[in-house]
Amino acid sequence: MRRIKRSMLYLVAAVVTLIIVLPIAYAVLGGFRTNRQLIESPASLPDPWVWSNYANTLENPRFWRTVGNSVLIALLTVGIAVPAASLASFVMARYRFPGREWIFGLFVLGLLFPVAVAIIPLFVVLRDIHLLSNPLGVALPQAAFALPLSIVIMRPFFRTIPDELQDAAEIDGCGPWRFYWSVVLPLSRPVLSTVAVITLVASWNAFLLPLLVLVDPDWQTLPIGVNNVSTQYTTDFALVLAYTVLAMVPALIFYLIAERQIVGGLTAGALKE
Amino acid sequence: MSVTELDAPTTPAPVPRRARRQRRRRSDISWPAAIAFLAPALALYALFVLYPIVQSARYSLYDWNGLGPLSDFVGLDNFREAFGDRFFRDALRHNAIVIVLSLALQIPAALALAMLLNSKIRGRAALRMLFFAPFVLSEVVTGVVWRQILRPGGMFDQTLDAVGAGGLAKEWLADPDVVLYSMFFVISWKYFGFHMIILLAGLQQIPDSLREAAAIDGATAWQAFRHVTLPLLAPTIRVSVFLSVIGALQLFDLVWVTTRGGPIGASSTMATFLYERFGDRQLGYASAVSIVIFGLSLLVAIPYQRMAMRRDLAGSVT
Repeated sequence: MRRIKRSMLYLVAAVVTLIIVLPIAYAVLGGFRTNRQLIESPASLPDPWVWSNYANTLENPRFWRTVGNSVLIALLTVGIAVPAASLASFVMARYRFPGREWIFGLFVLGLLFPVAVAIIPLFVVLRDIHLLSNPLGVALPQAAFALPLSIVIMRPFFRTIPDELQDAAEIDGCGPWRFYWSVVLPLSRPVLSTVAVITLVASWNAFLLPLLVLVDPDWQTLPIGVNNVSTQYTTDFALVLAYTVLAMVPALIFYLIAERQIVGGLTAGALKE
Repeated sequence: MSVTELDAPTTPAPVPRRARRQRRRRSDISWPAAIAFLAPALALYALFVLYPIVQSARYSLYDWNGLGPLSDFVGLDNFREAFGDRFFRDALRHNAIVIVLSLALQIPAALALAMLLNSKIRGRAALRMLFFAPFVLSEVVTGVVWRQILRPGGMFDQTLDAVGAGGLAKEWLADPDVVLYSMFFVISWKYFGFHMIILLAGLQQIPDSLREAAAIDGATAWQAFRHVTLPLLAPTIRVSVFLSVIGALQLFDLVWVTTRGGPIGASSTMATFLYERFGDRQLGYASAVSIVIFGLSLLVAIPYQRMAMRRDLAGSVT
């Protein structure tokens, strides 16, 4: 009976593994096929293996241009969001001042308002301040929309820093700024890297905002590139798959390296205070 | 994708909250000093989040193409038009169907898999990493790959053929009666890992001793699940349900890339409908739709917050 139950567990795990892996394997292998192979036998191994789809994509300057844009915008977004969120979380975690909870509530409310819903006025604002087709036009709003989750994750963490440290710092003559910079930040590397990683992944994957804001093709990001290629070459399935797979590789490598931060951060955001 | 305040499921709080708060002396800080810390975040947030919310509400009362002056005040006509529009009502219904299916299928499946990963199965860490991987892929990549798999004669149909179920092959993304359910499958594929991870974290906070005690008292596995695990997991399940509903109300990227809401609106959502109106330069109308999405999100969030707060006031830890 126990044996049967255990093997059932492994069976379920195997089935789910297949459901996750097969689509990804299909895409990776598909990039090694010709279109004919894809139509005639998309489920078998490529025969013969075709390298040209991947090679062409890797030689395509447009591809690298979109990769560069995505990297730049992701770094800008993190570079704006993490300092802004940590400063605000710090003061709301460690000090009392009138209206504190009200301001915190205002930030939390932002969790309900995704970019898709704010997109029209956002577009008008960016047009008015001349940030269309400018990487900052994507990075600044993305950083702003990353604030609610970042603050919800950081504030409880900053609260767990012992009061004794704050007392000691004050006795030594540290003001709030010194305490933030010399004590709190060095102690908060785990939460800072978690927030940075989550913000980075969100920026890397973002679609709607770059689609609207980066009108100039020279500034387009990787997801936009994938979407364009998939709609332009509707019949060249193999090329589209190769392009898509190459776009997915950086995210997967990054996930392998930073799994702990991503998973830890998202569960902390959902479970803590 | 994330949450608020939240009822901390099992905050392992040795000291009751209120007492802790009194003991902790948190220094006062002057307003100007506090504002200096808050300024960068508040400025960003005000300009790119709060101001657009207010502007959305304002635009929604006008007939506006986005270029000329905002002069054609139409009151609530845009809202009336939306609810009178068959395509908007379809989109709203599709959002509702995704919510119902998510709660009925996706979250129970995520819970089952979380329990699987919480059991003493070998390779748990690797499985957890694998099951969560789709959540890290971008919506665009996911959509493009699934569009290829589900196209007529694609990998999915061929696999059905291979196992002798070729008769089941359908126009997965082109048949208006089927497309929404295909889409729901893709959505679940992408997002179940997120719910699984949250529920797993909740499960891991339930002490093994409780389940062991139930077993010693002669409870069956089902009784232990029903009367020990489930009640203790309830706060986490609520978080998961809340996030799932909010996410489903705001569904856009994945649907847009995979089907563009088609064919003929058969897989549209409120957000894809909004985006199309934006494309038609009906910015007032599109803003009204965004306000509807926001309003519905609030409608879900307020009772949720209330529930979380009531638990706090009742002082129930866990």
